[in-house]
Amino acid sequence: MITKKDVEHIGWLARIELTEEEKEKFTKQLNSILDYFEKLDEIETDAAPMHHVFGLTNVFRDDVAKKSMSQEDALQNAPKKEKGCFKGPRIV
Amino acid sequence: MNVDGIREMVKSGKSVEEVIQSLFDKIERSKLNAFITLAKEQALEEARRVDKHGAKGMLGAIPIAIKDCISTRGIQTTCGSKILEGYVPPYDAHVIERLKADGAIIIGKTNMDEFAMGSSTETSYFGPTRNPCDLSRVPGGSSGGSAAAVAGGEVPIALGSDTGGSVRCPASFCGVVGLKPTYGLVSRYGLIAYANSLEQIGPFARNVKDVALLLDVIAGYDPRDSTSMDKKCEYTKELRDDVSDVKIGVPKEFFGEGIDEDVEKAVWSGIKVLEDLGASYTEISLPHTKYSLAAYYIIAMSEASSNLARFDGLRYGLRLGKDKDWHTTFSEIRANGFGEEVKRRILLGTYALSAGYYGRYYLKALKVRTLIKRDFEVALKDTSVLITPTMPFPAFKIGEKIGDPLALYLADVNTVPINLAGVPSISVPCGFVGKLPIGMQIIGRHFDEATILRTAHAFERNTGG
Repeated sequence: MITKKDVEHIGWLARIELTEEEKEKFTKQLNSILDYFEKLDEIETDAAPMHHVFGLTNVFRDDVAKKSMSQEDALQNAPKKEKGCFKGPRIV
Repeated sequence: MNVDGIREMVKSGKSVEEVIQSLFDKIERSKLNAFITLAKEQALEEARRVDKHGAKGMLGAIPIAIKDCISTRGIQTTCGSKILEGYVPPYDAHVIERLKADGAIIIGKTNMDEFAMGSSTETSYFGPTRNPCDLSRVPGGSSGGSAAAVAGGEVPIALGSDTGGSVRCPASFCGVVGLKPTYGLVSRYGLIAYANSLEQIGPFARNVKDVALLLDVIAGYDPRDSTSMDKKCEYTKELRDDVSDVKIGVPKEFFGEGIDEDVEKAVWSGIKVLEDLGASYTEISLPHTKYSLAAYYIIAMSEASSNLARFDGLRYGLRLGKDKDWHTTFSEIRANGFGEEVKRRILLGTYALSAGYYGRYYLKALKVRTLIKRDFEVALKDTSVLITPTMPFPAFKIGEKIGDPLALYLADVNTVPINLAGVPSISVPCGFVGKLPIGMQIIGRHFDEATILRTAHAFERNTGG
């Protein structure tokens, strides 16, 4: 059972600000969905967790420098930019 | 109107430009809301180029619609979300490069559930798409725009993406053919990720032959997707009219409780049609099926919470007026830019991955996934395909289920196990409830798209499809 306070905390972790109304609604809905997920508690298994359909791991390519996207293309969608860089909010 | 139909129109003297223009005329008058963005200028320019210099490739001058989560250089790509409104990709997805190399003409980007999260195309920021068979009903989702555009005759072929049924569900609801390829057959390079261990790009068309043709174009190895596999074959050449070697397995867990009676009946008649053509069938069991939905949603939401962390308004997408501190700026952008279903899934995924719950939810779901995949491998040792209803019921009314998220998740009960196992699956129309289409799902072995396409093709040819 998760509480409204838990939902607030998860919202903080996920960087999504929630309104009071959303907190109420999501608390109720998340609990009913998590109840459904409890179905997995019925099953005991020591099967290996499946991360990939064919168990592929460590796909490497040669470390060769190639032409990459132009700075102009990379910045074309940036809402705020300055001197050829993305501009974020102040940190300090 | 299918691929041959377009070719006939051109052969009989129409210019490619006239054909493409007639599609835009139809789309602009349409009530379906199947498209978010039309690429009119680019498409007509390409059409004029073809009229002058001739068509090239397997899809020469054939118009196609693309789901809006697949990156198209120079054409707005929104994923059905406010947070990406106005975003214009600086590069093409692998499948788009393939389509262009084979001469296809992209006419626009289709509507979808926001970030492919939904089974009805109602969660799109750009409004719901309507089902061409009944405008008061959903087209299914999340690739509802692509399915509706094909079913409504606005385009002969389209691409969608399928994470838990998002190609097969709308194919079933709109009465067209839709295929989810084996995980790894089609490159995901340029597909905006929702749950990347589950999803594949897949074709829609009005017949199996066109689906095979489109798969011939988009399948194949791409080093830029590290999960890509080199396993392609020539699918159109496999469509011979013989299913006498096909052994059908009918998994009992996919029938019965919760499945509409008329849907069950139509799928059983479909199996009988194939039996009459020489295929054999046995009833089989996939014992872990009842855990599929929970495992699927835990994995999909966990991956989504991580994948969607990139939407912060820094490099692209929505940015609000004045920046505040680092944390507040991003939290407000995401609160403003994401819709309700996306928030719900990110929150659940974040919770499932958070300290103290990882083992209970995410890790457990991955273990159960292994059991589900094993079920399919065992069943498909003695059978060559499995047949089930694609959806438990025909298309529902717009607004009917959207208020109850869990009820909507349950609609995916027959499609999600296939993504967990990574096997290929096709939905073909197999009947109607009133005027609403029913889809039959044919599932195959890993990388054996050839057999499910051949089975679907034989079925279609012998049912007047």
